Amino acid sequence: MVNLYVLILAPLVGFLINGLMGKSLPKSVSGIISSFAVFVSFVISSIYFFGFVGGTQAPIDANVFDWITAGETKISFGLLLDQLSGLWLMIITGIGFLIHVYSIGYMHDDENFSRFFAYLNLFIFFMLLLVLGNNFLVMFIGWEGVGLCSYLLIGFWFKNQPYNDAAKKAFIMNRIGDLGFLIGMFLILFYFKTLNYGQLKEALASTQTSHGLLIAITMCLFVGAMGKSAQLPLYTWLPDAMAGPTPVSALIHAATMVTAGIFLIARANFLFSMAPETLSFIAGVGAVTALFAATIGVLQNDIKKVLAYSTVSQLGLMFLAMGVGAYTSGVFHVTTHAFFKACLFLGSGSVIHAMGGEQDIRNMGGLKKWMSITFITFLLSSIAIAGVPPFSGFFSKDEILAHVFEANKVLWVIGSLASFLTAFYMFRLVILTFFGSFRGTHEQEHHLHESPATITIPLVILAVLAVLGGLMGLPEFISHTHWLNSFLAPIFPHAEGHEHMAISTEFALMGLATALAVIGIGIAYSLYVSKQQLPAKEGELKGFAALVYDKYRVDELYNAVFVKPISALSSTLYTIVDKALIDGQLVEGTAGLSMQLGKRIRSLQSGNIGFYLLVMVVAISLILTYVFI
Amino acid sequence: MLAILDVVSIKYYLILSAFLFTIGVFGVLFRRNAITIFMCVELMLNSVNLLLVAFSTYHHDASGQVFVFFVMAVAAAEVAVGLAILVTIFRNIHSVDIDDLKALKN
Repeated sequence: MVNLYVLILAPLVGFLINGLMGKSLPKSVSGIISSFAVFVSFVISSIYFFGFVGGTQAPIDANVFDWITAGETKISFGLLLDQLSGLWLMIITGIGFLIHVYSIGYMHDDENFSRFFAYLNLFIFFMLLLVLGNNFLVMFIGWEGVGLCSYLLIGFWFKNQPYNDAAKKAFIMNRIGDLGFLIGMFLILFYFKTLNYGQLKEALASTQTSHGLLIAITMCLFVGAMGKSAQLPLYTWLPDAMAGPTPVSALIHAATMVTAGIFLIARANFLFSMAPETLSFIAGVGAVTALFAATIGVLQNDIKKVLAYSTVSQLGLMFLAMGVGAYTSGVFHVTTHAFFKACLFLGSGSVIHAMGGEQDIRNMGGLKKWMSITFITFLLSSIAIAGVPPFSGFFSKDEILAHVFEANKVLWVIGSLASFLTAFYMFRLVILTFFGSFRGTHEQEHHLHESPATITIPLVILAVLAVLGGLMGLPEFISHTHWLNSFLAPIFPHAEGHEHMAISTEFALMGLATALAVIGIGIAYSLYVSKQQLPAKEGELKGFAALVYDKYRVDELYNAVFVKPISALSSTLYTIVDKALIDGQLVEGTAGLSMQLGKRIRSLQSGNIGFYLLVMVVAISLILTYVFI
Repeated sequence: MLAILDVVSIKYYLILSAFLFTIGVFGVLFRRNAITIFMCVELMLNSVNLLLVAFSTYHHDASGQVFVFFVMAVAAAEVAVGLAILVTIFRNIHSVDIDDLKALKN
């Protein structure tokens, strides 16, 4: 238990040190302290995790203290460490540590170095709380906390107004989702009198619950997941969130925080399984998001924007898996995605670093000559995300698509199309960035260099993981047991069904998926290498392509439908209700009234002694008259 | 012995006292000289004293006369303080006209 406390609190201590004394610490110390804090968490997480793997570690479910007691309702501040949170711990602390190390190199010129690390540590703390809570409320603290850190880190370079706007957008979008989460939580608390996962599970098993209620609860929770994990229609904040420093994009907006929605569903899978309608809805939203975001990714020219839309698309794929009840596959894809997407983001950071802040791939090209390590790791991760065997992405994505194929053919077509597009746009990105000849300015070419070791070492480790990560979920016909399936079996008791599929079908699906990936890569190769095409310049695209390039103008739509009416309403309220009525009439009216009265009454006190005497005599006479007559 | 009240009946004392008091009140209201006002105040006090003494005799009760001594003592003290203030005012503004005492206004 003590270990568990240390695991959670180490990043918090790192945050406090950096946050309170950061200004007086040298940069190297600041970075080392916070990296070390995460490393401590990582070591303890590994001990627990391998304890679970070896079967020596029993799940820990402990209430630390009673938190809220009101009438019959009692909510404890409790922790739950089982296989699912153990796996997430490894992702958070492992990748978190690598990204901390990376940030030491990446942020070394920044004046607010220690503030950056303070925020990163705080993020890790909240993320740990999110996955380790044993009830929804503790998860919600973490949920809100990571949202806060996300806001702080997107707006890290706060002197740039668009970055601030992006941060606010992320916060507000998340708030919409959080409202859903809150309502879902209130419903659970109201009808089941508990927020604890275990107690809720028992309550669900022992009592007859109306189906409508279950659908309402799960839908509300899913709205929360939609916001946090950037699903349609609440996804627009994630691409804008790329305003933050690149390590933040890698850690928060690719590997960990945005998968919190998946974690929520995985954690409450017993609840979601009882509401198949919600699951179908989740699958639909996931599939549409996957395809929608992939199409946008095809035409983007900002290296981080491409990766951002790719993240949205991959998250959609994970939700698709959750929606068809393939929880393990979804979690599997979360893991592999964390590896290769973190690697891709860090690689893009390395490129941006070398290009002196340039993010437009039209001004890059041929970078493999200068940045061989970045190039190789980026390429390996791209192959992984494209889904070419035997890289990690292939196994997780194939597993998802196989489950979806069993459940719903239409969704399978959409998902396959999305992963075909993924292969295409990822290789479009790789080729335009690393192949061909350099298209930037002379100074940029002169400045090009491979990044320092603090940057390249995390890249290499992540690339290795991206290549080998698939080993944890090898299909059964290769390795007899699907390791992740059996590892997570205590969490997902119903996660079966894959066995029913004939091996031939499975092979056919795999072959098809591989073929699609290879075709996608091939098209990208022929377009951008053989024909040496370049993406169109601003304004050259016509019709549908222009629409896609403009991200389907969803932002503009939201602006017109939500933002404009609300700001019109608030400016009306401001000028009429606040300025005119409350300020003008009530506040200043009251003041004016007493001023006017005062002016009138003041003339009584004229300073004329004769008048005072007269008043005195008259008053005494009146009093005497009143008293005696 | 002929009682004084048999010679001059009590009602004349009342009339005289009321007369003196009214003179005092009107003097306070309509004169502008602070010293005159002072004197009018004294007039009012003394009209009351007269009344007190008259009723004390009428009722054969000496406490009214004792009370008059107190009133005279207080009046003397008041005159001492009041005149001292007036002297100071005169030294400052060279006037004892109450219309000139407007320094507190504004």
